Amino acid sequence: MRLFFHELRTQQLLFWRNRESAVFVFVFPPMLFLLLGAVYDGKIDGFPAVDALLVGLVGYGCANTAFAGLAITLVIRRESGILKRVRATPLPAQTYLVAVLVSTLIVFLLQMALTLVLGVVLYGAHDPENWPGLFLALLLGAAAFAGLGFGVASLIRSAEGSSAVVNLIVLPMAFLSGSFGPTREYPDVLQALADVLPLTYLIDIFKNVYLRGESFWHDPTAIAIVAAWGVAGLLVAWHRFGWMPRER
Amino acid sequence: MEAVRGISFAVERGEVFGLLGPNGAGKTTTVEILEGYRSRDGGTVEVLGVDPWHGGSDLRQRIGVVLQSSELPAALTVREVHRMFAGYYEHPRDIDHVIELVGLAEKSGARVKTLSGGQKRRLDLGIALVGDPELVFLDEPTTGFDPSARRTAWDLVRSLRELGKTILLTTHYLDEAQQLADRVAVIRDGKIVQQGSPADLIGVTPKVQIRYRDGARDVVIETDEPTRMLAELTGAAAAEGRELEALEVVRPSLEDVYLDLVDGDEPAA
Repeated sequence: MRLFFHELRTQQLLFWRNRESAVFVFVFPPMLFLLLGAVYDGKIDGFPAVDALLVGLVGYGCANTAFAGLAITLVIRRESGILKRVRATPLPAQTYLVAVLVSTLIVFLLQMALTLVLGVVLYGAHDPENWPGLFLALLLGAAAFAGLGFGVASLIRSAEGSSAVVNLIVLPMAFLSGSFGPTREYPDVLQALADVLPLTYLIDIFKNVYLRGESFWHDPTAIAIVAAWGVAGLLVAWHRFGWMPRER
Repeated sequence: MEAVRGISFAVERGEVFGLLGPNGAGKTTTVEILEGYRSRDGGTVEVLGVDPWHGGSDLRQRIGVVLQSSELPAALTVREVHRMFAGYYEHPRDIDHVIELVGLAEKSGARVKTLSGGQKRRLDLGIALVGDPELVFLDEPTTGFDPSARRTAWDLVRSLRELGKTILLTTHYLDEAQQLADRVAVIRDGKIVQQGSPADLIGVTPKVQIRYRDGARDVVIETDEPTRMLAELTGAAAAEGRELEALEVVRPSLEDVYLDLVDGDEPAA
């Protein structure tokens, strides 16, 4: 336990000290929310635009922070030999990985709290209808996307390419799943594509708990699909995750 | 793929053992097996009495590692990196003492990204020592150093030896092995081709050269029996009243032995 807290503290220090991660990972989703919130007006899917956007951006935050940020960080650390060096210490692998996960979760929750406060204070967004449900949904989303992050990090071969690959996944996914606005007008092909993406279902769950005040368990299918993506990512990581640099 | 085969050596407690060989000879592969990074297809390996592949945390409490190339978190300070690594060990050394030992006291508050190459290498050494290991692996610790940085690094390795650490050092610099190692194994194409103390290595190649000039011709004689050969040569020359011009007897340097071992018949790239 002492080791876990030591590593968690180290991970937090590493995150906040690194300007790139602090700015791009932490600031980006709230910033996008502020921009989109200033543009959209009226109603989206029957909800006040700012509420719908807030929920969409919380989903995007999951993909951005728990998935993209985590995957890029892991690949860079692996390729620069930091993971390899840490592996030569007595710190157990699972302690390291769980600390990385929990650290990501802390960053994500702080980021969501900031987004929420900005929405309520600046744009008059509504409070979440179901607080505990929202919290569970945030945990589910962060865990599932972190699982995908571990999986994708295991597949990416080079540090230089990691950011491009990850963004090539995140941005179209967020766009298709409705993070940035309504998807009702999208062509059928794109909507069909959106129907298999985890973010689509995660945003549905957020809508249920945040906007409709439903229970977290209201849509078990959506929960199952999101969780299944996370488990799939973890399975890939289980087989392919490595501590040694691949490029050298 | 087989990177090494026919490697067998034992390192005594408290000694500095050098694995010497050209790039690509299998030094790093060998060390990475000992550090527990790589499994192996065959053979027996024991590090501090345990198989490193199954040694786990307990073994890693007792070893320190300087990798050939690895980075450390660029945004942390020298002191923070030491604290980060010290936290992984049950009985870490005093951080400030270690920073002092590796000569980074003045850089203690500096970010890793502002350090020079030599300073980064000393940081690598510092975090290898911070867990107070019994055994330290140094994989090419001075590659890319300028001469004065190498001297400093050598002094550091000597001070580790005085602390009673056992050290396994790989290098492709002959003078480094000669300066630091109590015993050396020369490795080539994944095999150990010779091992012993630096003095022994010279001893095992008994060919001494006798050179002189005979008119316009340079004569070089290689012999196992320099005394008898020299007596014959000088006896014959003295009997004829002839002078052996530019006469010299040359013992092979470790460098000659090394080049002889690693070059051999085929290039050992």
